[in-house]
Amino acid sequence: MTAETASAETTGSDRSEIDTILRAILRDVLSLGEEQVEGFDNDTGLFGHLPELDSMAVATLLTEMEDRLDIIIDDEDLEAEMLETYGGLLTFAEAKAVGA
Amino acid sequence: MYASWPCPLATGGTGEEMVLGFDQQRSIRILVIAPLFTEANKFRRQITEIMRLLDDLGIDCFCPDLPGCNESLQPHGEQTLALWRKAVTAAAGHFSASHVLAIRSGAWLAPETAPGWLLAPPRPDQILRGLIRAHTIALREAGTPADTAAILEDARREGVTIGGWAFGAELVRELSSETFAPADRQEIIAQDRLGGPGLWLNAENHFDAQQAQALADILASDLGLS
Repeated sequence: MTAETASAETTGSDRSEIDTILRAILRDVLSLGEEQVEGFDNDTGLFGHLPELDSMAVATLLTEMEDRLDIIIDDEDLEAEMLETYGGLLTFAEAKAVGA
Repeated sequence: MYASWPCPLATGGTGEEMVLGFDQQRSIRILVIAPLFTEANKFRRQITEIMRLLDDLGIDCFCPDLPGCNESLQPHGEQTLALWRKAVTAAAGHFSASHVLAIRSGAWLAPETAPGWLLAPPRPDQILRGLIRAHTIALREAGTPADTAAILEDARREGVTIGGWAFGAELVRELSSETFAPADRQEIIAQDRLGGPGLWLNAENHFDAQQAQALADILASDLGLS
């Protein structure tokens, strides 16, 4: 990997607003530092990988996503894949926001 | 600092509950109403620190345990919002409270006649939705098919235990049907005035000195103490 690629991954100017909001929510729910959350990539494991993210915390996360992204998350949306990685959650949020 | 207070029992009479208090018989006496359910744990230390700051400002303050909550020996599963309101009203009288400071869902219990502040009150159905959702996720994680609507329906009939918290059927019905509106004499303090994210969001119990100070400053300013 070149330095240029690494830089593009972490500081890309095309980062969506949803991505920014989602990272802010995870920062608040998981009490992580700015740098840690900035370091999340699509493969970063969430539910089942972060001990803080238990069912109660996931429920808080989803409620906060509904509030800040102005979306409704239904029962049938609660698939394991969407919560497994940061990329999965971001893809889900983007799809929901487009449909909202 | 810790004492007991005579709390009305559902069956009549009173039982002893614990109270955290700073009492020097001063003129401003604030009844602090803690949030309910899981948020009670997230705010326990924060409330103590807020009360220390109020004490330093020359304000008496009291945070009484409600039946079924914190150190109470009463079963949580037998409590209702109506019973908790009765307990809060009794506490306001017992401690001669001049004001109330209710945190989050504690705002649903604040006596209408008392002036004071409500920090970031949620709607009852919002809190219930989060709890039921957490239950759904936990069941599915354990391999049990679960449906939020069906869980809520059963809970309204039979009650439910979520994350170790027993909710009686009546409490579930209250949470799903009640709306919340602040009393005229109570001011809502939005979370963003405290300069950080709500502590209820945090998966871990957490203390935030800056937010405690910001809240104490708002109260001091409103009371003409600063």
